[in-house]
Amino acid sequence: MAKTIIEKIWEQHIVFEEQGKPDLLYIDLHLLHEVTSPQAFEGLRLNGRKVRRPDLCFATMDHNVPTRNRETITDPISRKQIKTLQDNCDEFGVPLAGINHPDQGIVHVIGPELGLTQPGKTIVCGDSHTSTHGAFGALAFGIGTSEVEHVLSTQTLWQSKPKTMEVRIDGKLGFGVSSKDVILAIISKFGIDMGTGHIMEYTGEAIRGLSMEERMTICNMSIEAGARAGLISPDETTVEYLRGRRHVPEGEAFEKEAARWLALATDEGAQYDTSVTIHADEISPFVTWGTNPSMGSGIAERVPSAADYDKQSDKDALKQALAYMHLEEGTPLSSIDIQHVFIGSCTNARLGDLRAASEIIKGKKVHPSVTAIVVPGSETVKRAAEQEGLDRVFLEAGFEWRETGCSMCLAMNEDSVPAGERCASTSNRNFEGRQGAGSMTHLVSPVMAAAAAIEGHLTDVRNYMEEPVPSA
Amino acid sequence: MKPINKISSVLTPLERKNVDTDQIISKEFLKRIERTGFGKYLFYHWRFHADGTPIEEFVLNDPRFNDSEILVAQENFGCGSSREHAPWAILDYGFRVVIAPSYADIFYNNCVKNGILPIRLKDQEVNDLIDKGQRQEFKLEINLEDQTVTGQDGTRYEFDIDPYWKEMLLKGWDEIALTFQYDSYIAAYEEKQRQAN
Repeated sequence: MAKTIIEKIWEQHIVFEEQGKPDLLYIDLHLLHEVTSPQAFEGLRLNGRKVRRPDLCFATMDHNVPTRNRETITDPISRKQIKTLQDNCDEFGVPLAGINHPDQGIVHVIGPELGLTQPGKTIVCGDSHTSTHGAFGALAFGIGTSEVEHVLSTQTLWQSKPKTMEVRIDGKLGFGVSSKDVILAIISKFGIDMGTGHIMEYTGEAIRGLSMEERMTICNMSIEAGARAGLISPDETTVEYLRGRRHVPEGEAFEKEAARWLALATDEGAQYDTSVTIHADEISPFVTWGTNPSMGSGIAERVPSAADYDKQSDKDALKQALAYMHLEEGTPLSSIDIQHVFIGSCTNARLGDLRAASEIIKGKKVHPSVTAIVVPGSETVKRAAEQEGLDRVFLEAGFEWRETGCSMCLAMNEDSVPAGERCASTSNRNFEGRQGAGSMTHLVSPVMAAAAAIEGHLTDVRNYMEEPVPSA
Repeated sequence: MKPINKISSVLTPLERKNVDTDQIISKEFLKRIERTGFGKYLFYHWRFHADGTPIEEFVLNDPRFNDSEILVAQENFGCGSSREHAPWAILDYGFRVVIAPSYADIFYNNCVKNGILPIRLKDQEVNDLIDKGQRQEFKLEINLEDQTVTGQDGTRYEFDIDPYWKEMLLKGWDEIALTFQYDSYIAAYEEKQRQAN
């Protein structure tokens, strides 16, 4: 019978199954960070339990780390949380890329970079953006701290099998359209809870044309669509990305693995519980205007009006969002002034993202009323970018060039947007206060962020690009 | 985990949909390394002005709801971050039951693992409860064994729950201890993997 990749991976990982119970699933890779793990390790200690498979764990520090003056963490509670992860990893034998380690970075950037993330694996982390790893054809999902403790103790999780959903993107992406625009457009079209109870698989011509980094951006925000996980069937692009990475096999063994990975792809004719389709022609450079990621539109549009919605709860939600965002119904999106630009996060801080943004900013200046920062996704990304001179491009334009971490995506460290100010941000969430109490977030792609930095307001990046001449 | 079966209390009506976990517990309170003490930070930026004074019109600041153990909100409650600090804050504040038409998946799991009962009722039923709760102090009786919610006016709602989660909530199980009973299956799976490689 034809199967989806979701069913194939699920079936391969069942440790125990019984009617009327969730399945007991084996977990191949457990990623950890400092914020959602301390209570789990403490639980192990209180019950005299150990980590079953430290060799299948990998930890780093990202949420809470400073992006400058790394040696001195001034906040004593932050310092304690970081020290706690160090101590826990020492005590339980968990591999750690700590704050000064050359591999340190955002957990969802370094997993793929090191080749820990591989097709067909079940991957969990106490972080909702674990869905990122789905780009490789892995079944990757975020879990809570109790589940972190459960995986540490047993290397398994009880999981009810979610429904499957195909999200197909037909056609080729248009001029100036990034993968960030694709996922924002999908969530805007189908809703913030379109994926609840589902694992989504992204398919279609547009997906096949994307690099691994671009695919990660899309899978990363599956959680913003409410999905349990989001993934993409592996293909040659996946295999070539992984070739030569530290944690994948070499030579013959790699070719054997690659063949196994490719065989995981969804079979022709496999059925999904639900299918939705969007055409690439519908997608233009996107910005959000509201307080959840579904509240967005193409840059040429205006802030919607209550009259655009039928349901009373949608009208109420619009009113609440616009009150928080200090925006009026009908305002053209390109007229919204911004004071901050953040290029970073597990969504958009990989080398390709920085290259794309640097192309726009090259030779230009950041608008005098804007503070703009670049926070590379990992130390590896940072080193590679510096080798290409991208840091110089950003610095000369007036951006700050920082150390790696989650930074202004959630502002747990000192990088935050002040109350009443707006940020064009390449991150994934525009919830109230996400980037600082009272701050207002507009989610955009890296190139849209770069264009906003130059002009001081949201703007169409296509004005900064040369449209390729169609070949005859 | 504390077992839960019957809860009887006034409901707290929170008339909002898509309430995300950033609102339930804001990031500045995630640095604690304990599971307790998060209640005072629940919905912090909806409860308090920047200077720390209470925002009068927010429902949690209404003294009528001080002893409420049941929070009622609209669809897609708990979306966003996987932070278990959100259910820890809800529990520590004093709620044992949440009622909404739908929940984000991770949040739902996190509730169950902490002895919070997340009840799904229909849109219209939830809106009725919110309406009643806003008009007067409205008492509900929750019965997990029977899977019912009964209002003080006699209205009775039935809800579905996965039998496995129901059992876990009723018994207050330690899930890890339970899984240890399947250790031979886990070991067998690992052995099979070793041989395949």
